Amino acid sequence: MKISGAKIVVETLIEQGCDTVFGYPGGQVINLFDELYIARDRINHILTAHEQGASHAADGYARATGKVGVVIATSGPGATNLVTGIATAFLDSVPMVAITGNVPCSLIGRDSFQEVDIVGVTMPITKHNFIVKDINELADTLRMAFKIAKSGRPGPVLVDIPKDVQVAQCEFTANAQPVIPYPLAFAPEDKLMQAAKLINSCERPYIYFGGGVISGKASEEIMALADKIDAPIGCSLMGLSAVPVKNPRFLGMQGMHGHYASSVAQDEADLVIALGARFSDRATGNKNRYAQNFSIIHIDIDGAELHKNIPADLAIKGDIRDAVDRLTALCEKKEHPEWSARIKKLRKEEAKRTESALRSAYEKNCENCAAQCDKSELPADHRLSPYDIVDIIAANAGDVTVVTDVGQHQMWTAQRYPFSKPRTFLTSGGLGTMGYGMGAAIGAAAATGRTSVLFTGDGSFGMNLNELATAVSQNTPLVVVIMNNGVLGMVRQWQTLFFDKHYSNTTLDRRTDFVKLAEAFGAKGARVFTKEELERAAKEAFSCGGTYVIDCAVDCDEFVLPMLPPGGSIDDIITEIK
Amino acid sequence: MDQYVIGVLVSNISGVLSRVSGMFTRRGFNIDSLTVGETESSGFSRITIAFHGDEDLKERILQQLQKLHDVREVEVLNKNDTVIRELLLIKVRNKADVRQDIMTAVEIFRSKIVDYSTASLTIELTGETSKIDAFIELVKPYGIMEMCRTGLVAIERGENCLKTVK
Repeated sequence: MKISGAKIVVETLIEQGCDTVFGYPGGQVINLFDELYIARDRINHILTAHEQGASHAADGYARATGKVGVVIATSGPGATNLVTGIATAFLDSVPMVAITGNVPCSLIGRDSFQEVDIVGVTMPITKHNFIVKDINELADTLRMAFKIAKSGRPGPVLVDIPKDVQVAQCEFTANAQPVIPYPLAFAPEDKLMQAAKLINSCERPYIYFGGGVISGKASEEIMALADKIDAPIGCSLMGLSAVPVKNPRFLGMQGMHGHYASSVAQDEADLVIALGARFSDRATGNKNRYAQNFSIIHIDIDGAELHKNIPADLAIKGDIRDAVDRLTALCEKKEHPEWSARIKKLRKEEAKRTESALRSAYEKNCENCAAQCDKSELPADHRLSPYDIVDIIAANAGDVTVVTDVGQHQMWTAQRYPFSKPRTFLTSGGLGTMGYGMGAAIGAAAATGRTSVLFTGDGSFGMNLNELATAVSQNTPLVVVIMNNGVLGMVRQWQTLFFDKHYSNTTLDRRTDFVKLAEAFGAKGARVFTKEELERAAKEAFSCGGTYVIDCAVDCDEFVLPMLPPGGSIDDIITEIK
Repeated sequence: MDQYVIGVLVSNISGVLSRVSGMFTRRGFNIDSLTVGETESSGFSRITIAFHGDEDLKERILQQLQKLHDVREVEVLNKNDTVIRELLLIKVRNKADVRQDIMTAVEIFRSKIVDYSTASLTIELTGETSKIDAFIELVKPYGIMEMCRTGLVAIERGENCLKTVK
């Protein structure tokens, strides 16, 4: 039977196992939205407040489940509003299919109303993209988009569909099954044997893993390897949640704001086994001073990552789960008592340093920033420490998806939250997109049915708080925790440390009442100044079943510590503000 | 720094040249020359890219090219076993006192005069880059009015072919 291009899109989405899509209608996708309306019993469309929110929601849906997230937008501004969301997904290797409408083929290239070359715009930030000008190719192009998005190292794919192609008709038969990804590359045995040889002869192994372990479902395998070779485990921001924080071998995130113990342990190791990670500059610090004292084994599904940022002594391309599993079998069971003792000592040191740094930072800022953030209105004990906020929320949260925006609150959450299972921590690591959180939290909740907790700052939240409207209309179980310090804290921190306290455009001086704001959107809210108040608000928030905003008062000079200054190395680590 | 010449077989669809050249721009890789044209099969185009760099850069370029969906095959061509050619069209002033010198150069370089007017001579020359460079140097004093060169095309000697295995 002949059906329209718009119907083909919807039927193909359903065929590909898509239960929920996110988007925003417009002139060049009216036909598509008409078909979504007709098929509303079979596929759920969530309308956001802004296309950017929809793109982050599709991203959150994908990260929380591993399935391909789908976002739909109209041509022109609808399409360009997706760009930040697509780039966010690209940098963090998130499987996503973005569908955009475009002006009819006959109007393309004439600067028609709401026309933009979105394929050209998104070429460098997608795994691949398509414009479909022939209805006969529409279904297979969409299938290919799904296939590319989920194959190998996942990523976003955009399909641009001119209006006339949505209107045209052609024969369509749905496939019985979603497309299967391209076969994965498997690590060559001889390389794994070389790796095992290096591991067997090393004395201070350290495992550094990244987001590839989550998308490659290799959590168990990583822990088994660490147990067998007696190695501590650290990870990049993207790796967080793959290994439970309570795993005794887990030292936490390394890098610019990583844990002291993991950063130092890595530096003192004689062999670093990098798994599904890409040696981002935020994870390594100064490249020229990185890996002076250790060898590197690097395993990744993406051959282009090998030797890209840091040259490896042994680079292996292959599926991470299979590779680590086979590698573990090849390695000898080892114990490194001296190394383990050293790691223990580092952890103790870290605990001490954290305590004292937090204390001194707090005392320090009380005296010097009265002018900046008008502290006089509140006594000093009416400020919550960021770690207390994370601890109290975590204690009340239960089984949730933790989402963050970008900035200080993101690092505090990454450092402190007791993640226990993969895909429960969603954050924009590569692109560092402020405003990522609201959309992602809504997408994650829609995908899993679990409550989302969004840790955000007053800066980041301001970027996409319009999505509160979406959360309320969807009755999303969402707890928004604003670490409200009245400043753009991360930039301010740099200004304090490296720019002579020239607080250029980082003091917000806003008068936003987030509780009233939440209420205006139809959500609930509370402003809290003390641990007791936060405890009460958290209990109420997690039991309300809907969307709740907790506005937490935080001092404007709380620092994210430790910190490896940009371009610095482990020798330059800042663990306290003097 | 060596010069590498790579042959890239790509799907013959619109936008593919943007994808390939865009990858070079985005990753900060410099191109000496890039040519694209039809192949024996209508489904594929062949791009020949020359660039200067070290072994490491070459590897990174190969890996990034292989990730592009429309790229079917990539190969570094072994320069000792590859025919590499470039075409030059060059227009020089046609002045009586140097005309004979130009004609001699044309003959020695086994090039061809393809257009002749009272004011100008247009010469076509095919060869390896060094030969083209040498010819341009030679005729420079006579007054080059304009010129264009195609960039490299390259094909391996013997039975070796760029095959579509992907």
